[in-house]
Amino acid sequence: MTHTPTLTGQVPVVDYLVIDDGPPHLVGNRCDGCGAVYLERRNACAACGARTFSPARLPATGRIESFTIVHRGAPKHIGPFVSVLVQLDDGTFVKANLVGVPPEADALDFAVPVRLVTYTAGTDDGGMEAIAFGFVYDETTAPTQG
Amino acid sequence: MSDDIWIIGTEMTPIRRHLDRDVLDLATEASLGALDDAGVTMRDMQVMAVGSQFEPFTFGQDVQKQIGQTGIPLYNVHNACATGATAVRSVLMEIKAGEADMGLALGVEKMTGSSPPYRMTAPKAGRVFEPEGRDGHVLATEGVLGTGQMFGVFAQTGTDYARRHGGVGFEQFAKVAEKNHAHSTLNPLAQYQRPYSLDEIMNAEMLAYPNTLPMSCPTGDGAAAVVLVSDAKLRTLDPDVRRRAVKLSAAVMTTDPYDPSGFAHPDVNTLTRNAADQAYERAGIGPEDLDLVELHDCFATAELVHYDNLRLCAPGGAGEWIDRRAPWRDGELPVNVSGGLISKGHPIGATGVANLYEVATHLRGEAGDRQIEGARVGLTHVIGLGSVCVVHILERAAT
Repeated sequence: MTHTPTLTGQVPVVDYLVIDDGPPHLVGNRCDGCGAVYLERRNACAACGARTFSPARLPATGRIESFTIVHRGAPKHIGPFVSVLVQLDDGTFVKANLVGVPPEADALDFAVPVRLVTYTAGTDDGGMEAIAFGFVYDETTAPTQG
Repeated sequence: MSDDIWIIGTEMTPIRRHLDRDVLDLATEASLGALDDAGVTMRDMQVMAVGSQFEPFTFGQDVQKQIGQTGIPLYNVHNACATGATAVRSVLMEIKAGEADMGLALGVEKMTGSSPPYRMTAPKAGRVFEPEGRDGHVLATEGVLGTGQMFGVFAQTGTDYARRHGGVGFEQFAKVAEKNHAHSTLNPLAQYQRPYSLDEIMNAEMLAYPNTLPMSCPTGDGAAAVVLVSDAKLRTLDPDVRRRAVKLSAAVMTTDPYDPSGFAHPDVNTLTRNAADQAYERAGIGPEDLDLVELHDCFATAELVHYDNLRLCAPGGAGEWIDRRAPWRDGELPVNVSGGLISKGHPIGATGVANLYEVATHLRGEAGDRQIEGARVGLTHVIGLGSVCVVHILERAAT
């Protein structure tokens, strides 16, 4: 995967987030041998040992597998945040923040599906914005085809 | 004659913030204590292994320069929170291979004092976004793409269990800490030795939901050591040494097998289940035969899921198990009567040896006020995140 700042002065916070090709989405490396998907560069597949991978566009919707609300050690400019492990509708797992909810256990519900959103996570000394992804509760989305 | 391996000596320092002692002081106390306990000296050791997560380079040789330079092979070991257990395994494997018939395994960690080496460096101020690493990140992702911090990871492991099984919530996790803090009131070696009420635990500072401060292991310093011998060598030793010997009926190490979720969130369950199942099979012992367990409760959430992973409770029944006080010292199967990592403390490198010290001391009937009466069989478990798991099953000498 290449990592290209966009013309609008934005760069994705990690290279598996694509923000300049239609709606923001994640792209994984799918093993050509067994189909296992990884979100970062790999030399060989941990599942089957195959050595080649192909890009795979990942669905933007999924479900929460686990969460925590981090207080101690949370970055000062972020404050308490909700960390979630999401299983996307194609089975790929991704860790991110759940955004748009208060950082309180009572506000969280495993049963509600989530969908990917993006926001500006920081700006560098040259004015370049880092675009991060997170998940929000998606009460309206019908189950998607993976 | 068998290929059994025995513990004939063991020692552990108190776990404290030892501000007036350096790491070699702690290492020496545990090592010489274990040798004295076995009635042997460094001259009897044919191999040595030293586990420390944070001491650099040839730290084990620095220890030898305090306790005896006899020219024997030595392994310096790093393996996260399973570092000490990996040192034990290094000695055990040399004996099983026939290269040695007696050896010393030490685990030690000094985590307090100035400039702890384990602190992560702060990100630089003032910068231009440049992609780094295999995910091409342009800024620190902690707090942006969830958490990778220890207490957050183990918290998510707990809420994952709660999602999959009924009867598990904040209160069940807090009850684990209530138990372990109660247990440590009887352990003079523990870093904390006072009881905490359930209310106090649940209303304490939240680190990462559902783990509050007293549900999390403290930072501390300590060391523990064991002397291991072959079965053949044991037969040549004094009757009193043989009487106090404790058999390692199973010693199993696993790492995390591939799982689709593993790169996003470490799976501490599968490798623990694999290690436990192999250990029970090798020892010919089932969970129902155990008299006590020391398991890796770095956080209260971790202990609860390991009740299930180690097959101590009914499948999916960890919440109900703690609710009926089964793992309390007067319950059906005492777990972490030392106080566990939450209350006894967790000097990283020492932990995987300190749990052997604890169980062996009970099996010898020498655990004082915290003795589990009549204990004959015990299990120890450690997890190093990343991940590695070691499970030992120990048995009291038959005579």
